[in-house]
Amino acid sequence: MSTAAELKKLYSKGKSRKVLVIFSIFIALFITVLISVSLGAGSPRFNEAINVILNKIFPSLDFNPGSKITQIIILELRLPRIALAIIAGAGLAASGAVMQGVLRNPLVSSYILGISSAAGFGAALAIVFEVGILAQYSDYITIVNAFFFSFLAMLLVLGIARIRGITSETVILAGIAVSFLFSAMLSLIQFLAPEHEALRAVVFWLLGSFQKASWDNVLITIPIVSFTILLMMKQSWDLNVMSLGEDVATSLGVNSKRVLLTSMVLGTLATATIISFTGVIGFICLISPHLARMIIGSDHRFLLPCCTVIGACLLLASDTVARTVMPPVEFPVGIITSLLGVPFFIYILLSRRRQSWG
Amino acid sequence: MGLKLEINNLSFSYNGYPALEGVTLELGPGEVLGIVGPNGSGKSTLLKCMNRILKTKQNTILIDGEDVRNIGLKKLAKLMGYVPQNSRNIFPFTVFDIVLMGRKPYIQWSLSEKDKEIVAQILEHLGIGNLAMRYFNELSGGEQQKVIIARALAQQPQILLLDEPTSSLDIRHQLEILCILRSLAQSKHCSVILSMHDLNLASRFSDTMVMIKKGCIFAVGNPESVITEENIETVYGIKSRVTKSVLGIPQVTPLESENNTIVNLLPPKIATKY
Repeated sequence: MSTAAELKKLYSKGKSRKVLVIFSIFIALFITVLISVSLGAGSPRFNEAINVILNKIFPSLDFNPGSKITQIIILELRLPRIALAIIAGAGLAASGAVMQGVLRNPLVSSYILGISSAAGFGAALAIVFEVGILAQYSDYITIVNAFFFSFLAMLLVLGIARIRGITSETVILAGIAVSFLFSAMLSLIQFLAPEHEALRAVVFWLLGSFQKASWDNVLITIPIVSFTILLMMKQSWDLNVMSLGEDVATSLGVNSKRVLLTSMVLGTLATATIISFTGVIGFICLISPHLARMIIGSDHRFLLPCCTVIGACLLLASDTVARTVMPPVEFPVGIITSLLGVPFFIYILLSRRRQSWG
Repeated sequence: MGLKLEINNLSFSYNGYPALEGVTLELGPGEVLGIVGPNGSGKSTLLKCMNRILKTKQNTILIDGEDVRNIGLKKLAKLMGYVPQNSRNIFPFTVFDIVLMGRKPYIQWSLSEKDKEIVAQILEHLGIGNLAMRYFNELSGGEQQKVIIARALAQQPQILLLDEPTSSLDIRHQLEILCILRSLAQSKHCSVILSMHDLNLASRFSDTMVMIKKGCIFAVGNPESVITEENIETVYGIKSRVTKSVLGIPQVTPLESENNTIVNLLPPKIATKY
């Protein structure tokens, strides 16, 4: 029999192990960044890339600034793209974890809840018919449209669910309905699309890509996404308690409806912000939480940071492969995430004895 | 130490289907109240109303004179613990983590040493310290029930509500859990309210018993006055014999249901005896 003191020590040991795990995934992410910055179209390799970056950070020190073209490739093309991939992976993964957690369903993703198809519909509307919210700012018409319709979908889902009382079941069922509605309208647009080019652009958008990444995009997404991730992490205890069921959560002093609503809004905000810039990137938000749960367990205090870093790492790795595997052709990143992620996922699934859900 | 719980003329309905009607009850500190009644008679609903899981009318449920609806959810969680009928987790948590969640109403930003200390002591006290790092879903039913009770105890409640805490357990675990609850009532003056199906166990462990029929209180009082052959026939619709057990407590032997099928299904040896 274990005494209380031993139990406390055992618990602290488990906690340090989790912190160590998160830290090592961080290092993996850092290594992925180094690899990613050294690969790709154009000549700059590892040494030059590092020199350019260090020169930019510490202009007073004696680092080789490299040629003009090297500087543009590294600073204006690769780095913003890497930054966007990291923030996108982090945000999508965290949203997935929070939504799965609060709805107590391991299959929940932005697809199931209608957010992705609504974003697709909004983007297609802009691409094919150039119809949009705030259409006068034509540069951003696709982005604004995608964002607007994602949020509209979420409001629809919550509105429908509200009629029967917001619970995880009603939210999921309403989400599936809304998702089908927007997919149908998206298909309709594709069917009616007058020109081949527009159709191709829609399909490309639906597969997701970081091709258009720029510092502008990064500067908009980073504050929004990191702020929502922080708010999500602040709710960790509420999310833990929610996984015991809504009744028990109430008996532990948690307003389950409020936590559900906040989580849905935060999750949608992060997801919509990201996919309106990158196009629909699925799968990361479904798979990262599962990977994280298998590695670190379900306690959201550790799950959310772990999942965030895993998502960032996975998406950055996928994008690096997507742009380097067959240059100058760039694969849509959505295809690569699945091609890389699925075998990895199955490997972890099979190599773990422990059941992670169900 | 200890709180007084009053229920005044409580009625509740689910979308127009009445589940409870005019329930009035009173419970003092350190008392164990056993709620019995057929399936669907409103036992679980009564527990959920007490705990604000279900919304009730003003001034129907009072703790030390204060309406529970005016007590914040968080404060209520420090006064009242709840053990639901079935606990299943979709996602894997260790036993320590689950019990730690009972500290939720006390946690501000991060865990304090005190939170961990309390959890560790409860685990040790209930004799489940060796399970601390095991996953909840991998435990047996009896072990799981102890963990859930440990979680409710981590709330350090003055009133503990348990919805059929022993229905899926073997007799050893049934006894262990009911003994834990009794000793809690005695040593900590915690009031314990539990709904049960097993009339014999309920009469053995309750100070007061309440028998519910279709949402109304049919009988209330000490076990001897509630567990009678007439009450059981009216409420459950079966004929039975109530005898004194070896402990001097009423013991029910069900014999015959209204449509008289049980006796035909008895093993021949006993049927002839009957």
